[in-house]
Amino acid sequence: MIRIDIKKELQGSKAEMNLEISLEIKEGSFVALSGESGSGKTTLLRILAGLEISEGSIEVHEEIWQDSSFVKETQKRQIGFVFQEYALFENMSVLQNLLFVSKDKKLASHLLEITDLTQLKDRVPNTLSGGQKQRVSLCRAMMNRPKLLLMDEPLSALDMDMRNRLQKEILLLHKEFGTTTIFVSHDPSEMYKLADRVIVLSQGKVIKDGSVKEILRQTQGSQKFSFRGELLEIIQADVVFIAVVSIGQQIVEVVLDEKEMKKFRVGDEVQVSTKAFAPTLSLV
Amino acid sequence: MIETLLSLDYEPFILSFKLASLTTMILFVISLPLSWYLSQTSSRIKPFIEALTALPIVLPPSVLGFYILVALSQNSPIGAFFENVFGVELVFSFTGLVVASCFYSLPFMVQPLQSGFESLNKNMLEASYISGKSRVETIFRVALPNIKPALLTALIVTFAHTVGEFGVVLMVGGSIDGETKVASVAIYEMVETMDYSMAHVYSLIMIVMSFTVLLSVYSFNKHHNKKFGL
Repeated sequence: MIRIDIKKELQGSKAEMNLEISLEIKEGSFVALSGESGSGKTTLLRILAGLEISEGSIEVHEEIWQDSSFVKETQKRQIGFVFQEYALFENMSVLQNLLFVSKDKKLASHLLEITDLTQLKDRVPNTLSGGQKQRVSLCRAMMNRPKLLLMDEPLSALDMDMRNRLQKEILLLHKEFGTTTIFVSHDPSEMYKLADRVIVLSQGKVIKDGSVKEILRQTQGSQKFSFRGELLEIIQADVVFIAVVSIGQQIVEVVLDEKEMKKFRVGDEVQVSTKAFAPTLSLV
Repeated sequence: MIETLLSLDYEPFILSFKLASLTTMILFVISLPLSWYLSQTSSRIKPFIEALTALPIVLPPSVLGFYILVALSQNSPIGAFFENVFGVELVFSFTGLVVASCFYSLPFMVQPLQSGFESLNKNMLEASYISGKSRVETIFRVALPNIKPALLTALIVTFAHTVGEFGVVLMVGGSIDGETKVASVAIYEMVETMDYSMAHVYSLIMIVMSFTVLLSVYSFNKHHNKKFGL
């Protein structure tokens, strides 16, 4: 069990805010941390890693990492950290990056095999693609046999295909090592695939905390389906209006009458849903 | 030409290089923790320390030389301490020159190292701490290998600058043959005694050597940057 109860004053994006987080996380769970930028997600991760100071206490698997009189050094926490921008050791080859953490050659070659990097083991980071770099970074984090794996938007700099692939590898490693993991993400499908719990932060506080299904499924009551998107444009067509909404990578058009139209403005976050008709799903 | 070169008294050059090598080594040891501290701290006294380290760049060598002379003389506590404990006289001696050069060339070692350290990806250093490595191990195994051009610049420029120093050396060391008469002082004396032909030879040697050294630094840095796609 991981018990977190911390407080820190932050210079937020809008004004000063207090990061106040109190959480319990079960051993072996995979937690997704979400929320708008500047809500304190990265800071929470950095506090857990011992890279930033805060007030309060952190206890990980019966071990005190921080309390009122003691702060365990980053070096002794035995964690894995995957940065958004990889942060590989540029002067070392892929294999050396892994062995820098621990001399366990067997583990290193096993990790490289799982992530399909064996052929690249003698390359230096600058010659690798973004996806390859992030796989190295993931392997490096696992070399510590971490008690806690922290990932700060590990996939947000990668394209869709590479994301899917890394998601699978992250899941594979999680199943094999059972490492308690906290990862920051903005991508609902990513959270759905990987996490068993989602925590949403806003202005330094937890505003939602629950299972993936509770948090991510947006339909309420009798709604059959519903999607969130951004209103891009309202076009007048004779007596009706057409709202152009972007949902994920797709553009959708919804018909509005004049009265409805007045409620919306371009740029609003909107929800597209239907109640009366059961939606049908067909292969594309 | 070759005869002139063979019959030349190389002692001032040897002395210059001995002084520069020692100064560079001592300054590297001192500057490594100092520049690391400056690159990592956000303390309020940082600008104060930075200004202090940069002073030798802007001060006239005579001012620096004068104070070093005062500080190292037997009448000062420092000078007296060295005289009594180690039996070393600091003014008008080679040891005194090394001490003076360390003050004079300090910014040339600290500044490139500091900006090198500052250019490093902070996450990369943190990744090393997370991997369980101490600060010292991180400096030697991650930080320094990733700032090779800055490291080389610091070492070479410190060395070259010490070879090229004149004012401070003259004030603190004077011109004692084989002890404090370095190349730059020797050239000054030749000009004073109107021995222009020897002054030409010495000066040309200095120019050729300095140019070669700087050329190799710039070539290395260019090659290095290309290799790492910078």
